Amino acid sequence: MKNFALAGNPNCGKTTLFNSLTGSTAHVGNWPGVTVDKRVGVCSLGKEAVNIVDLPGIYSLSPYTPEEVISRNYIIDEKPDCVIDIIDSTNLERNLYLTTQIMEMNVPVIVALNMMDVVEKNGDVIDELRLSQALGVPVVKISALKQDNLKRLMDLAIEAAEKKRNGKTVLEESPVGHLIKDLTIAFSSLGVSDPLFHACKLAELDELECANHPQLVNMVKEFQKVNVDSKFGQDYEALIADERYKYITSKYAIFMKKARKDDRVPTKSDKIDKVLTHVVFGIPIFLCILFVIFHFTFSENLFFLGGLFNSDCFDFIPDDSIWAGFKGLFYTENGINSPGVMLSNLVNGFTNIFSTLAGNALSGAPEWVSGLIVDGVLGGIFAVIGFLPQILVLFLFFSILEDSGYMARVAFILDKLFRKFGLSGRAFLPMIMGFGCSVPAMINTRTIADEKERIATIRVIPFFSCGAKLPILTAIAGCIAMAFGFNNVDLITMGMYVLGMVVAIVSVLLMRKTFMRGHSSPFIMELPTYHLPQAKSTALLVWDKAKHFVKKAFTVILASTIVIWFVSHFSWNWTYLPDEQMSESILSSIGQLFKPLFVPLGFGISEYGWVFVVAIVTGLIAKENVVATLGTLAASTLALMASKGIDVSATGDALNDLVMTMRATSSSLNPAALLAFIAYNMLTVPCFAAVATARGELTKKDFWITVIFWLAVSYVVSSAIYVIGSFWWTAFIYVAAIALIILCVHLYDKAKKNKEIKEANA
Amino acid sequence: MISKKLSQFRIGETGTVVIVNGEGRVRRRLFDMGITPGCEIYLRKKAPLGDPIEVTLRGYELTLRKNEADLVVMEMKEKY
Repeated sequence: MKNFALAGNPNCGKTTLFNSLTGSTAHVGNWPGVTVDKRVGVCSLGKEAVNIVDLPGIYSLSPYTPEEVISRNYIIDEKPDCVIDIIDSTNLERNLYLTTQIMEMNVPVIVALNMMDVVEKNGDVIDELRLSQALGVPVVKISALKQDNLKRLMDLAIEAAEKKRNGKTVLEESPVGHLIKDLTIAFSSLGVSDPLFHACKLAELDELECANHPQLVNMVKEFQKVNVDSKFGQDYEALIADERYKYITSKYAIFMKKARKDDRVPTKSDKIDKVLTHVVFGIPIFLCILFVIFHFTFSENLFFLGGLFNSDCFDFIPDDSIWAGFKGLFYTENGINSPGVMLSNLVNGFTNIFSTLAGNALSGAPEWVSGLIVDGVLGGIFAVIGFLPQILVLFLFFSILEDSGYMARVAFILDKLFRKFGLSGRAFLPMIMGFGCSVPAMINTRTIADEKERIATIRVIPFFSCGAKLPILTAIAGCIAMAFGFNNVDLITMGMYVLGMVVAIVSVLLMRKTFMRGHSSPFIMELPTYHLPQAKSTALLVWDKAKHFVKKAFTVILASTIVIWFVSHFSWNWTYLPDEQMSESILSSIGQLFKPLFVPLGFGISEYGWVFVVAIVTGLIAKENVVATLGTLAASTLALMASKGIDVSATGDALNDLVMTMRATSSSLNPAALLAFIAYNMLTVPCFAAVATARGELTKKDFWITVIFWLAVSYVVSSAIYVIGSFWWTAFIYVAAIALIILCVHLYDKAKKNKEIKEANA
Repeated sequence: MISKKLSQFRIGETGTVVIVNGEGRVRRRLFDMGITPGCEIYLRKKAPLGDPIEVTLRGYELTLRKNEADLVVMEMKEKY
C-alpha cells in the first residue's frame, strides 16, 4: 500500500482532513521519544486504498523544534510516495513558505488549498490553475470540514505518486543560487538522496546539515567570504528566508484576489476580540466563562435557584427498588442539578442496578466471592465510571473553547502573569482543568511547547484539588467543626484549595529557578480566527478522550481494586475476614507498619492512627476511597474501642465519633493533625488513573522523579502544618528556614543567570 | 523616517521591518513567521497586561511577546 504524508502549518485543518480522509478507522499510535502524536490511518476514497500519515504541524523545516525535525526526517528517510501539503487558503503567503521548502525534496508533492469555503465566503478568489503552473505541482481546492473535493484530491495524489519528481527551489535566481547549484552537485556526487534539499539547508548553515556533512561546510564559508550581501551580509539564514518570502509575494500570492484590500479593516474576529481580550474586561470575562463551565459541570444547585420542587418526580419508585438510584436525578431539595451532575447520576443509577443485580445473583455464592466481585471489582470500577460523565462534560466545554479559537486568546491574556512563575500562558488551561480531574489536565499539557515547562506543569497539576478530593475536604473539615467547635467549614475548605494553589506556584517557581531551568519557550504564535465549533470534530475529540480514559486508567484500576480488596479482607494466614474484622487484615498491619512515618503529621501518633494511614493508601486507587475507607474502618474501630471499655461517643456519624473518641483519649489528634491529613491527601501521589496518565506523558526517569516529588512535597507541607499548628513558636523556625531557602535560590538563580549571559555573549 | 523597535509601537501604528536581531531558534522562528526585512507590520492590539502583543503581517495575525518584539527593528513614517 502507498504511504501518503500530510504536512502543513499548525491549525491549517490537517487533523480535520486526516479524520475526513480516514474516517473512523483512524487509530492513534504513539511513537517513542516523540512528544507529539504522529498518526496513521487508511484512506480508501481514491482509486486505491492508501496509508495516510499525519505529521505534526510545522511552520518550516528548520532544525530548531522537535516537530520540524520529525517531519523533515520522515519525508527524507521514510520516502512517502506523495506529500500532501495542506494550505490554509485564508493565509496563503505564510503557508506557501513551508511549500517552498517541501518542494526542494525529491518527492511527489500535491498542494491542497484547504478552507476554500471560508475564502469564497470572504469574496476572495484563488486561481489554482495558474498557481499550479507556477509551483509545478498539482493544486486542488478542498474543504476538509465540508468534505468538498476530497476524492479528487486523493485521485490526483495517487496519480502524482506514480511519477517521480525532482526537487525544485525558488532560490535559483537568488544571490545564493550559484552556491546551491554547486552544493547540489557536491551532494549528488556523494550519493546523498534529495541533494537539492540538503544543499538549500547547508547554505543556511543549518545545524543538522553541518553536523552530517562537515566536509561541505567549507564550500559555504568560502562562498560567504566573496559574496557579502549588501543587505544581509553573510547571514544566509536571514537572506534565504527573505528570498523565499519575496518569491512567494511576487510569483505566487498574485493568484489570490482579495476582496478586502486593507488588512487593517476590522473583521468579525476583530470585533469579537475587542470584547474578549479587552484591556479591562478581558480577564473578568474569562473568569466568568470558567465559572459557568464549572457550574454546569459540578453544581447541584443550578443558577442558585435553590430547591423549587418539594417532591421528586421519581417519588413513585419504592426505596428498596433497584431503580432507587435514579431518585434525585434531575433535582433535589437543595436545587436543580447541572447537566454534568445529571449525567453522573444517570450513570450511577445504572451502575447501582448492575451492582444490585450482581449482588442478588451471587447471594448463594460464598461471602468472599460476592464481596470480591460486588465491593472489590464493581465498587472500584463504578466509583471511577461515576466520574466519567463529569470529566467528559468538562472536556466538551474545553474542547469547544479550544475549537472556537478562544483558548489561544486565554494564553494571550494570561501570558505575562504566568511568565512571572516561569510558565507561559498555555500552562493555565491544564491547571484549571486540574480542579476537575488531573487526567485530562495532564493530557492537555501537550499543547505546551517547552518540555521542561511541560514536566513542571504536570508535576503541580495534582495540587489543584480535583473533584474526587472534595469529599475529603468536606468530611474532615466537618469533623474539625464537630469535635473542636470551629464552625467555619467553608473557610477550611477554601483555605485548603488556596493552599494547593500556593504550593503549586511555589513549586513551579523553585523548579524553574533551579534544576528545571530553561528559557520560557518563545511565544510566537498565530491567533486563529474565531469559528463555530464543529459538532463532528468536537464529538470525535470527546470520544477519543473517553476511550483514552477508559482504556488506560481502567486496566490499572481493575487490577489495583482487586489487590486492595484482597489485602483488606484477608489476614496473613489467608483466612477471609468480614468487614467488621478489617482491623486484623493484611492492609491494617501494613498500615500499622507505616504509621510511625506519619508521626510528624500528627495522626500517626495515636493508637488508632493506622486507620488514617490505610485511608491514605486506599486513596491511591481513587481519592473517593479515602472517606469511604475512613467510614468503614471507623465503625469497626469504634466497636474495637467499645470492647476495650473506652467511652465511645455516639452521634451517629462513625467518622465524627471516631475523631471525638480519639480526641478524648489522646491529645495528639488536634485540628492541626486533621488539617495535615487533608493536606497530605491533597498533595501526595494522586489516584492511579492520574499516575498512569503521568507515566504515559513522561519518560521513565521523569516519572519517578515526579512520584518522589509528590511524596516529598506532601510530607514537608503537611508536617509543617501539624508542627506549627501544635507548637506555634515553631513558626519562627519555619519562617527562618523558608527565608534561607529563598535567599539560596535567589543567589543561585542570579549566579546562573550571569553565567548564562556570559555564555550567550561568548 | 523614524526608527524604533516593534516592542515600542503603540496600538494602530504601522511600520516596515529593517533588521531582525537575536539568534538561533527565536530569530529563525521570527523569519519563518514572515517577519523579514521589508515586511510591513501593523500593531493591532496588546494583551490586558500590556504583553504579549498582536500584530498583522502578510495578511494574518501573529502574537509575540515584547521580548521577541524587542528583536525587531522597525522603520516608520513620521506622522504629519
